[in-house]
Amino acid sequence: MKVLQVKHLQKVFFPGTDNERHVLKNINLEVDEGDFISVIGNNGAGKSTLLNTIAGTLHADAGEIDLASHNVSKKSIAYRSRWMSRVFQDPKMGTAGDLTVMQNLVLAQSHTNTINLKWYQRKGDVEEYQELLKTLNMGLENFMDTQVKYLSGGQRQALSLLMATLSKPKLLLLDEHTAALDPKTSQEVMKITNEMVQKEHLTTMMITHKMSDALKYGNRLVMVQDGQIKLDVKGDKKDSLDTAQLLQAFE
Amino acid sequence: MLISSLGQGLLWAPLAIGVFITFRILDIPDLTTEGSFPFGAAVAVSLMLKGQSAITAALAGFIAGCLAGLITGILDTKLHIPSLLAGILTMTGLYSINMHIMGKSNVPLLNEKVLTEYLPAGWSLEIQTIVLGLIVTVIVVTILYLMFKTRLGLSLMATGNNKNMSAANGINTDGMIIFGYMISNGFIALSGALIAQSNGYADIGMGIGTIVIGLASVLVGEIFLRGHNILTRLIAMVVGAIVYRLLLTVAMGLGFPPDDLKILSAVILIIVICVPIIQTRIRTKRQLKKYLEQMEDKTDEGITSETPTKGILSRN
Repeated sequence: MKVLQVKHLQKVFFPGTDNERHVLKNINLEVDEGDFISVIGNNGAGKSTLLNTIAGTLHADAGEIDLASHNVSKKSIAYRSRWMSRVFQDPKMGTAGDLTVMQNLVLAQSHTNTINLKWYQRKGDVEEYQELLKTLNMGLENFMDTQVKYLSGGQRQALSLLMATLSKPKLLLLDEHTAALDPKTSQEVMKITNEMVQKEHLTTMMITHKMSDALKYGNRLVMVQDGQIKLDVKGDKKDSLDTAQLLQAFE
Repeated sequence: MLISSLGQGLLWAPLAIGVFITFRILDIPDLTTEGSFPFGAAVAVSLMLKGQSAITAALAGFIAGCLAGLITGILDTKLHIPSLLAGILTMTGLYSINMHIMGKSNVPLLNEKVLTEYLPAGWSLEIQTIVLGLIVTVIVVTILYLMFKTRLGLSLMATGNNKNMSAANGINTDGMIIFGYMISNGFIALSGALIAQSNGYADIGMGIGTIVIGLASVLVGEIFLRGHNILTRLIAMVVGAIVYRLLLTVAMGLGFPPDDLKILSAVILIIVICVPIIQTRIRTKRQLKKYLEQMEDKTDEGITSETPTKGILSRN
């Protein structure tokens, strides 16, 4: 089954001005259920624009986006979030800093039911969330009632990741989600990411600037270059790639 | 003096709570306040003059305020007008609407039964005002406290705190912001309706300076009561409104003429904005000094144990 179908996607910034930039040039992409795609490309190649257009932060100028068999091209971020979660590059973006760890988790869990008059905190929930937080191995289970702004960047990003997977999304978008962390924490978060994706069989698109991560994780690799998909390899073909070949493809 | 500012403060409490919702929860300084406060008063007084009961009039005032908030909310979220300007636009528009409702710039109540008169006639007016204020405040605080315990309230808090994250988690952020504007201005207009009944008239100019009063009450309240528990924060607003009234009464007692009240309000706001900043700075400095002294003691001990004759930190 196709989780995501991107058809003839076009995006032009500042049309009609001197700064006109054609960022996405007729992009076609199909994502199968269970795919774990690493997306790489130069700065300005259009990979973030592609991800933002899929997530709904930007609207496509032409083309269609089908998410879990729903045409979402003109739909809001909130609507798309029924099937999709996202972890941002900035750890501050993915969590609400003034709210507690518990409150953030509640927000992430009941995605489709955001306006109702039921108590948001029920008995038993705390234990359930604590169990989940223990799996992150970051000691977050002891900070259930702490405001998220007092956590470290790594803890916040791990929490964002847990929140993104909590609603069992059809598609998980990771937008350079380890780029703002120090090397060690970045590695840890990447490890947790991989474990979660494997455990829940999540279909994932991950933008990364790290060649090593792109090669090491996932079953598919997509390279975006000058607004087009230049390379799309899967399975054995992807496994046989090495850094040198990849760097060559960048030329 | 104390008693009367207590009663007045309680009537102003819904204003402080309304401003708190936009200013603290949604993180928006909403100037609609200056229009919705007299809007509530105008609607309430006009309805009472037409024979409606004081309770109906106060509720209608609340709904009128919600409508004013709806307009600002739509201007802000759907037309993408900056929130500060959106508030100014609604406020300006409301001036004409208020004039139309009232017909002239000042409308006194005649012999209509105001809310305080529903209370036992044996009590003095001041006691009646306090009891009425308490009833209204308890209702408002309870409703909001319960609301913030529901998923709806959580979505509202999340939207104000991090819009991107809220949208990514399925929250209709525009809807939440509009809802926030609506209840905020509803409570502000309710306060206007109560004050008009207490004063015995509605006046076109009664909204001038209300945003300053509201903000000052919020900040004064937060100086007295801190905490991130929502109930504490709501009660802090009530305390803030009362203390603020008290400050004004004291100033009046010192002989300031009523014309100077506005500049006094502004000065009080400036002071209460600065006080917490200075407080935090002093506290941080003190804590830092303590911490460094501890560190020094520890290093001193370490050094004396290793080099008993001359320590690096000693002066000789």
